[in-house]
Amino acid sequence: MSFIKNAQKILQENIREYGMFIALFVIMAFFTWRTEGLFISSRNISNLLNQTGYIAVLAVGMTLVIVIRCIDLSVGFLAGFLGAVAAIALVFWGLPVYVVIPLVLALGIVAGLLTAFLVAQMGIPSFVASLAGWLIYRGAIQLVTAGTGTIIIPDEAFNAIGNGFIPDIFPAEAGPLPGVHKLTLILGLLGIIVFIVNEINGRRKKQAYNFEVLPMDMFILKLVFVSALVGGIIWVLAGYQGLSWTAVVVLIVVLVYDFITSQTVLGRHIYAIGGNPEAAELSGISVKRLTYVVFGSMGMLSALSGILFASRLQSATTTAGTLFELDAIAAAFVGGVSAAGGVGKIMGSLIGALVMLSLTSGMNLMGIDISLQYLVRGAVLAAAVIFDVATRRRGK
Amino acid sequence: MNSPILEMKNITKEFPGVKALNNVSFRVAEDEIHCLVGENGAGKSTLMKVLSGVYPHGSYTGDIVFGGDVQRFRGISDSEKAGIAIIYQELALVPEMTVYENIFLGHEIRNGLMVDWNETIKRAGEVLKKVRLNVTPSVKVKDLGVGKQQLVEIAKALSRDVKLLILDEPTSALNVDDSENLLSLLRELKNHGVTCVLISHKLKEVIEIADSVTVLRDGQTICTLDAHKGEVSEHALIKHMVGREIDNIYPKRERKQIGDPVLEVRSWNAYNPALGRTILKDINFNIRKGEIVGFAGLMGSGRTELALSLFGNPDGYRLDGEMIVEGRKKHFKHPQDAIKAGVAYVTEDRKGDGLILIQDVKQNITLANLSKISSRGVVNSNAEVQVANEYKATLNIKTPSIEQKVANLSGGNQQKVSVAKWLFVQPDILILDEPTRGIDVGAKYEIYTIMTRLVEQGMSIIMISSELPEVLGMSDRVYVVSSGKITGELPIKEATQEKIMQLATD
Ligand SMILES: Nc1ncnc2c1ncn2[C@@H]1O[C@H](COP(=O)(O)OP(=O)(O)OP(=O)(O)O)[C@@H](O)[C@H]1O
Ligand SMILES: [Mg+2]
Repeated sequence: MSFIKNAQKILQENIREYGMFIALFVIMAFFTWRTEGLFISSRNISNLLNQTGYIAVLAVGMTLVIVIRCIDLSVGFLAGFLGAVAAIALVFWGLPVYVVIPLVLALGIVAGLLTAFLVAQMGIPSFVASLAGWLIYRGAIQLVTAGTGTIIIPDEAFNAIGNGFIPDIFPAEAGPLPGVHKLTLILGLLGIIVFIVNEINGRRKKQAYNFEVLPMDMFILKLVFVSALVGGIIWVLAGYQGLSWTAVVVLIVVLVYDFITSQTVLGRHIYAIGGNPEAAELSGISVKRLTYVVFGSMGMLSALSGILFASRLQSATTTAGTLFELDAIAAAFVGGVSAAGGVGKIMGSLIGALVMLSLTSGMNLMGIDISLQYLVRGAVLAAAVIFDVATRRRGK
Repeated sequence: MNSPILEMKNITKEFPGVKALNNVSFRVAEDEIHCLVGENGAGKSTLMKVLSGVYPHGSYTGDIVFGGDVQRFRGISDSEKAGIAIIYQELALVPEMTVYENIFLGHEIRNGLMVDWNETIKRAGEVLKKVRLNVTPSVKVKDLGVGKQQLVEIAKALSRDVKLLILDEPTSALNVDDSENLLSLLRELKNHGVTCVLISHKLKEVIEIADSVTVLRDGQTICTLDAHKGEVSEHALIKHMVGREIDNIYPKRERKQIGDPVLEVRSWNAYNPALGRTILKDINFNIRKGEIVGFAGLMGSGRTELALSLFGNPDGYRLDGEMIVEGRKKHFKHPQDAIKAGVAYVTEDRKGDGLILIQDVKQNITLANLSKISSRGVVNSNAEVQVANEYKATLNIKTPSIEQKVANLSGGNQQKVSVAKWLFVQPDILILDEPTRGIDVGAKYEIYTIMTRLVEQGMSIIMISSELPEVLGMSDRVYVVSSGKITGELPIKEATQEKIMQLATD
C-alpha cells in the first residue's frame, strides 16, 4: 500500500519529467488496443521509427535553437533542397556516397551559418531571417528539380540509410532463436545494461553529496519501467529485420547531443544564454559565437534530415521537406522545450517526435480521416504545452 | 496603541525543502508605520506575499484578519479589493507605457466601452500631486529615474484607495535624497490614514521612521518592538535579527601592503550610440595592488557605465582612451577578454544581468569559470559540487541545497550567489557594483570580511557604492563621480560624507 502511495507521490512531484514517457506509453497502448495489435507489430514499429527519423534529427537541432530563444523556420525546405542536391550529386555528377554525404552535411552547415550571420551579426530576429530562408530554399528546390521533376536515386548504399537494416552476426535462422535478429537483441541488452549501471552510479554520487534521490523502491520501479519499455521495443524490432540504419543514425545523434547539452562546457553556455543572455555575455560567453554554433548544427541536422528523407523515398521530389519545420517545432514543444528559452532536453524532444508520429501512424492504421488527424495532433500539441506550463507554474 | 488593522495568526508556509514561515504572528495597528526586519531569507517577502494573495489561501496555514474580517485571498486582485497594495523588491511598471497608463493599468477609467483618457490624465495628475512627483503624466516610465519610478508605483497604489501599503525594500535602489523624500511621503500618508508596512535592511531609516518594528528570524517572529517606548535602537535590532551581538560593522584592516598600480585608465571617454550622447568624459584614475578604491556618487552618475566600458564593453559604447593593466596596454573586445586578463565584475542588477534565475545555485556559481572544473570541454560534476559547497559555506548562502533554483532564493542570498560566482573566477581586479544592496547586516559584515581578506592576499577591488558609510568604512581611497566625470579623488583620511556629497553634486 505504501509502495503505491509512494509511487503516486513521486509521480506527482516529477510529473514533468516522466509525463512524456507515460503519454507515449498510453498512446501506444491505446492504438495497439484499437488496431487489435497491428500498431505494435514489428513491421509497423520499424516503419514508425524510420518515419520519425528525419523529424527527430530536426527536433534535436531545433531544441537548441529554441533554447537560445530563437526559431528556425527554414529547416524543412533546406532539408528538401539538400536532399535534392544529394540526388543530383549522386545521379548527375556521379559522385560516390562517401563523398556526397559529407558534402551535403557541409553545405547544411554553411546554410546554417548564413542564417546565424543574419541573426547574430545583422541583428535580424531569427523568425524573420529563417522565414527568408524558408522562401529561398523553397524556390531553390523547385529550381534544381525544374528540368527533371522527381529524381530517382538508384544508389543502393544511399538508399539503405532510409530503408536498410543492420546486418546480423549469425544467419537469421541459425542459433537458439530462429527468426530473431540477434545483433539487435545484443545491442539492446547492452544499452539497457549501460543505462542501469549509469543510473546506479549517478544515484551513488548524489547520495555521497546528500542530494535528494528517489527512494530505493521507486528507483527500482523506474529502472524496471524504462528497461521494459526499451526491451519491449527492441524485442519487437528484433522479431522483424532488426535495427534499421535510420534508427542507428538517430540514436547516435541523440546520444551525442544529449552528452553535449548535459555534460560539456559548450552545453552549459548554450543553456546560460537561453536563461539570461545579458548575464551570459557578462560571464564571458560570446552570444554571437554560440549563435553560429547552434544554427550551424541546425543546418547540419537539416542536411541529415534531407539525406534520410531522400534515401527513404529513394528519390528527391519537388515538395520534399514541406512542413517538416513545423513538425520539428511541435515535437520540441511537446517534449517540454520552453518557448521562453533556457529549458529543454534532447531526450524530451525525441520523445516528442515519437509521440507526434505515433499519433499519425496509429490514426492512419485506424483509417481516420486526414482532416481529423490534424485536429487531434493540434489538440495534443496544445494539451502538451498546457500541461508543461501548468506543472512548471506549480513547481515554483 | 490603536486597534489592529491587520493580524496574521500562526502563519506557516512551506516550500519543498524549506519552511519559510513557521508559525509567524504579525500584528499591525491602524495608522502606523510598521517596519519588518530580519536577515536574508528570514521570510519577510514571503510573509508579505502570503498577505497579498500571491500565495493564495490554502497554500499556507494560519489566519489573516484584515479590517476586522478573516480574509481568504485567492489572488492579488482579492487583496487589492480589500485595500492592500504591495510594492515589490523589483518594480512592476511597464517601461514603454506612460506614467498615467501605468497608474491606472488594470483598473482603467472607462466611459462605456472606451477608456476615458482625459479623465485618466486628470486623475493621474491628482495622485501624482499626492506623492509630490512633479512630472507630466504623459512621460514614459522608462525615461524616469528609479526614485521617480518608485513614486509612480506608490501613486498607482494610492489611485485605488489603499488602506495598507506594503513596501518591500523600496529604498535599496534609491539615493539619499530620494530615500528621504520617500520616507517623508510615508509619514504624510500615515497622517492621511494609510497604514504602512516597510521592509528594509537600512536600520538607520527603520529607526528614523518606525512606530513599531517586528523582527523575523529563520521564519519565526522574534519580537515586536515599540518605538514610542524607546525599544528601537540599532543595537537592539541587530541583536534580535542576528541572534548575537555585532560590535563592528566594518572589519579591522591593516592598510599597509598597497603596491604598484595594477590598473590605470587615462583620458577615457565613452559615447553611447543608443542614447546618442557622451556618457564618460576624460576619466583618469588608477588602482594599486591590494587596495580597495571606492567609487562614490549618485545613482546614474555613470559609474556602472564606466565599469562596463572597462569590462569588455558589452553595450558597444564608442571608446577612446587608454587602459593599462599590470603595465600593459589592453583593449578588451568582449567580457571574455577582461576575465582572461584577471578582471571580474559583479553587476549591480543581479536579476537583470547577473544571475540565471532558472538555473540552480551551483550552475550559477561556476558559470564564469567553467573551464576550471572541466577537462577537454567536459564538466566534472564532482568538482562543481565541491566548489559550490565551498562557496555556500564561506559566504553562508542560505539555501536547502546547491541544487535549488536561484529564483527561489531570497534577494540577499541571490546577491551572495552573484558574488560567489565572481570570486570563483579568482580575479586580480574585482569590480563590485553596489555589492551589499539588499543584504542584511550580518551578511554585509561577511562580505566586508571577504573583501578585506582578498585585498590582503593581493587582490585589488573597485567598489562602486552609493552607501556613503560603506564607502568611508571600506575604501583606501575614494573617487567621486558626477555626470560621467571624476570630480574628485580623496584619500580616506580626508574623505567625509559632506565632501563626497559636495563633489557628487558638482
Ligand atoms: N518560491 C520559493 N521556492 C522555494 N523556496 C523559497 C521560495 N521563495 C522563498 N523561498 C525560501 O524561503 C525563505 C524566505 O525567503 P524570503 O524571500 O521571504 O526572505 P526575505 O526575508 O525576504 O529575505 P531578503 O532580505 O534576502 O529579501 C528563503 O530561505 C528562501 O530561499
Ligand atoms: Mg525579500
